[in-house]
Amino acid sequence: MTDTTTAPVNAGIAHGLYTEGEPIADTKAPAGPIAGKWTQRQFDAALVNPANRRKLDVIIVGTGLAGGSAAATLGEAGYNVKVFCFQDSPRRAHSIAAQGGINAAKNYKEDGDSVYRLFYDTVKGGDYRSRETNVYRLAEVSANIIDQCVAQGVPFAREYGGLLDNRSFGGVQVSRTFYARGQTGQQLLIGAYQALERQVAAGTVEQFTRHEMLEVVVVDGRARGIIVRDLVTGEIETHLADAVVLGSGGYGNVFFLSTNAMGSNVTATWRAHRKGAYMANPCYTQIHPTCIPVSGEHQSKLTLMSESLRNDGRIWVPKNREDCDKDPRQIPEEDRDYYLERIYPSFGNLVPRDIASRQAKNVCDEGRGVGPLVGDFRRGVYLDFADAISRMGKAAVEAKYGNLFDMYARITGENPYEVPMRIYPAVHYVMGGLWVDYDLQSSIRGLFVIGEANFSDHGANRLGASALMQGLADGYFVLPNTIRDYLAKGPFDKLSADHPDVVAARESVESRTARLLEVNGERSVDSFHRELGNIMWEYCGMERSEEGLLKAIDLIRGLREEFWRNVRVLGAADTLNQSLEKAGRVADFLELGELMCIDALHRRESCGGHFRAESQTEDGEALRHDDEFLYVAAWEFGGGEALGEMRQPVLHKEDLVYEAIELKQRSYK
Amino acid sequence: MNLTLKIWRQAGPRHRGELKTYKVKDISPDMSFLEMLDVLNEQLNARGEEPIAFDSDCREGICGMCGLMISGEAHGPEKTTTCQLHMRSFTDGEVITIEPWRANAFPVIKDLVVDRGAFDRIIQAGGYVSVNTGAAPDAHATPVPKPNADRAFVAAECIGCGACVAACPNASAMLFMGAKVTHLSELPQGQPERAARVVSMVEQHDEEGFGGCTNVGACSQACPKGIPQDVISTLNKDLRAALRG
Amino acid sequence: MTSSRSATTARRSTIGLKILMAGTGIVFVAYVLLHMYGNLKALAGEEAFNTYAEHLRTIGEPMLPYGGLLWVIRVVLLLSLVGHAYAAFSLWSRAGNARRTKYAAVKTAMRTAWMRWGGVFLLLFVVWHLLQFTILKFSVNPDRQGVNVQQNPYELVVASFQVPWNTLIYVLAMLALALHLSHGTFSAQQTLGWTMTSHAYRRAKMVGHAVAAVIVVGFLIPPLSILFGLIK
Repeated sequence: MTDTTTAPVNAGIAHGLYTEGEPIADTKAPAGPIAGKWTQRQFDAALVNPANRRKLDVIIVGTGLAGGSAAATLGEAGYNVKVFCFQDSPRRAHSIAAQGGINAAKNYKEDGDSVYRLFYDTVKGGDYRSRETNVYRLAEVSANIIDQCVAQGVPFAREYGGLLDNRSFGGVQVSRTFYARGQTGQQLLIGAYQALERQVAAGTVEQFTRHEMLEVVVVDGRARGIIVRDLVTGEIETHLADAVVLGSGGYGNVFFLSTNAMGSNVTATWRAHRKGAYMANPCYTQIHPTCIPVSGEHQSKLTLMSESLRNDGRIWVPKNREDCDKDPRQIPEEDRDYYLERIYPSFGNLVPRDIASRQAKNVCDEGRGVGPLVGDFRRGVYLDFADAISRMGKAAVEAKYGNLFDMYARITGENPYEVPMRIYPAVHYVMGGLWVDYDLQSSIRGLFVIGEANFSDHGANRLGASALMQGLADGYFVLPNTIRDYLAKGPFDKLSADHPDVVAARESVESRTARLLEVNGERSVDSFHRELGNIMWEYCGMERSEEGLLKAIDLIRGLREEFWRNVRVLGAADTLNQSLEKAGRVADFLELGELMCIDALHRRESCGGHFRAESQTEDGEALRHDDEFLYVAAWEFGGGEALGEMRQPVLHKEDLVYEAIELKQRSYK
Repeated sequence: MNLTLKIWRQAGPRHRGELKTYKVKDISPDMSFLEMLDVLNEQLNARGEEPIAFDSDCREGICGMCGLMISGEAHGPEKTTTCQLHMRSFTDGEVITIEPWRANAFPVIKDLVVDRGAFDRIIQAGGYVSVNTGAAPDAHATPVPKPNADRAFVAAECIGCGACVAACPNASAMLFMGAKVTHLSELPQGQPERAARVVSMVEQHDEEGFGGCTNVGACSQACPKGIPQDVISTLNKDLRAALRG
Repeated sequence: MTSSRSATTARRSTIGLKILMAGTGIVFVAYVLLHMYGNLKALAGEEAFNTYAEHLRTIGEPMLPYGGLLWVIRVVLLLSLVGHAYAAFSLWSRAGNARRTKYAAVKTAMRTAWMRWGGVFLLLFVVWHLLQFTILKFSVNPDRQGVNVQQNPYELVVASFQVPWNTLIYVLAMLALALHLSHGTFSAQQTLGWTMTSHAYRRAKMVGHAVAAVIVVGFLIPPLSILFGLIK
């Protein structure tokens, strides 16, 4: 094993990038055996008298699987709910784009699946960096999700007998994934959306579309509301409540190019972070290996294709650089390097996402990438179905992958039945997010965080078909049970919009908005975003090193300084202004990016989606250091009043305790 | 390639709008249509003109947020969403007219952005199954014949983009509504509320000011998801059944 | 969702109007097919044609008075016409209101415009047709005038269609009718919910085209035969 340096002090501390604070002592999970904890918690959580519920106001930000399902469920329970989304309808939330499926421990196939096995697989898949108690609960409620969705009319795939079909997904050996063709996310989201609209009609939920949350109102240590901008009129509005729930999704767009939607952003969670909510494991990023490569400088986003393509496609690049711009069909077999099959003979093309991604980057960095030159590099590898077509026949390949091939052809203009597909990894999901306890409550009382927005149940790496499961578990079943324990203490003192803390929150939003329009510099918002994305991808992407991360932190600080001096945002504040919306989001990404790099720098180990060049085995495999890093890194905002100012963040460690599962180092050789 | 774009500019809901002409140069055929507009917006920003407002989010054809009338065709010449339309579908030197969806039920907010809240209100009128969280029986309790499940799925693929309304000569939302009614009517879970649902949704549809259906099928032709016209037949039949009581 | 939203509002809804349009349209299709059958009697000669015309008036006697059934049919047709036109104009105006700002560039189906303007043309034609053969019974043929012509249905028909411009009006009207019915017949089936599978959908389209073809051919045989002197 190559472990070149033995730093006595963490590099981050050595460079004065952060300080360390008190560890997190308690996650509020009940005592007792793991299988009984959730039942116990549901029993212990105080009840709210049905007559009192309509006196309790709950704000929910985000209408994806987590936010939408939570809003519907809390509305059904009779709470007074306000739900916000920046899109024109709750149905647009990016959960809609998930293709593959949703896991549930139903064991309908009688193939040995169980709650415990789903729990075990998820912890192992997360490379032993997730919290056992939360993951067990996730596996426990997974079965209820399917029942709920079917009752709503979600059209899952069925067999001829009329029963639900399952498939195995992401390399697990049981068939526990429920799916609706390649549009599982869409169908589940529409189910939650319809349940939500039903509550809007019933008057329990008030819906605010084209509204963006720009600040959280914290009074006496409790989250008591949010400040939003009506994106159509530009009006800054104050909404007060007894509790605030963030279901605002992930921040993969910090990389500029990702498979996230154009509007996906960190603003809601970052604003909460600045107000005291800890940000946990922000460096854990999932990079998906089978995306359509960048075609030029104009690229605005990346499109993912289902991983299932790796079941039959063979991945290769030319052995010689000179062949990279040749027609791949003219390159003879002996000049091709099927590098995954070569390096990992037993798993071959089916190695986990992070390994497939990193190896693709390695061969491209060697100059053996294929496809168009973007900048100085060709960033793509071939995913070749020629063997599959000659083995199974074109019709069988079409039946299995037809819609994916069509999508590829539409985007690239190439016919994948004739020419090998080109793929390249892209940022897809972030495991990091706001820190929450067992009740999904953040370090600010009354502020709950659900779905991808929290640091979640996925540890350092998420398994396929688990994101949908977590979003709906949080929204339908977990949050509604845990938030009542908090709400039972309310209604809290009536808060006036004139309260100094409320006014201050509102004024900070107004002045920040005004400032963005006043700078009137030379560079567009997109150009800053693109540059930040390049820095993040280069130094905080698939492979991270101390040197690179230190450099990235410097670059980001410089870019952030320039942003507030030189950004150009045209138009006015009192109208629909998409540049202004983007500017606010990019300003927050410029702060988040630095924290991600600090987190990545401090975690001098490789685990799941986080690969440190300094921590690998002789074979180039990720090497964990359980003795040093078996904890959740929860970062407290270090303060900073001026726009873009960030002082040293404070690290709080939450030790991970494994009682039900034994720690193992993974191997795919 | 070089293109001439005639784009609808309208400062706000109550302002008068007009088509303005812009030229773009060196457009790559591999760009998506919206990336071409991104390029134009960067140019406008650089010369101090306010960028053109248009909606888009997922840019992979599933969220339904984008939608432009491109030279008289909803989502342009290919059967896909605007975000999945690529510039290779156009020719060098072409003049392209870009307008917002036109329907009184979809008022223009700014430039190419319209308000499709009417769709949410149609769903609120009954486009759901009334089942509270936690009240569901086991998922295998009710088998669904595969043909019904498949047809429900085809209808449920609707992304709510509004192209059907935009393309319809009557600005009718029957395809959108028919898709939802068919999705739920094909499933056992949708039966208890079948009659009440359709009556209520149709009433909301009319209240929003959408037009009636003349069965010409422009909606299905424009639909990026290929929702077939027969869902409107199911909608009609369900309404007739509801009228009979 | 409340079921109290009453059936009355549903009847007045756009779909309710469409159902009215479909129902009345089907009445017209049936009537037009019968009418065409009667017209083809002209090929069998004067006696057969006039007997048929007379029989239409005596059918149902003595239960019904002379010409009674004809009046029943006329009342049904008139009510259908009122219903059909009411639904059409209501929907037309709704559609106009549904899109007050028009597109600068349009590539939409022309069929809707055809149905509407074609429908108006057909309405005008029906007025002309009724004046000519039912109400005023006048001959447009300067060579064949008089009470004999007016009182003899066969004579009146032959006299009228020997005039080229008159026949041209009928040819145009029948083409308009064919266009109207090829879409209208399909549309009625779609509105009544008979096209819920792709098979039924294709069948409905075919039925529409078939009805249109039969009607245009069947109706044009007698006038063209007269014009070209096959019937005298």
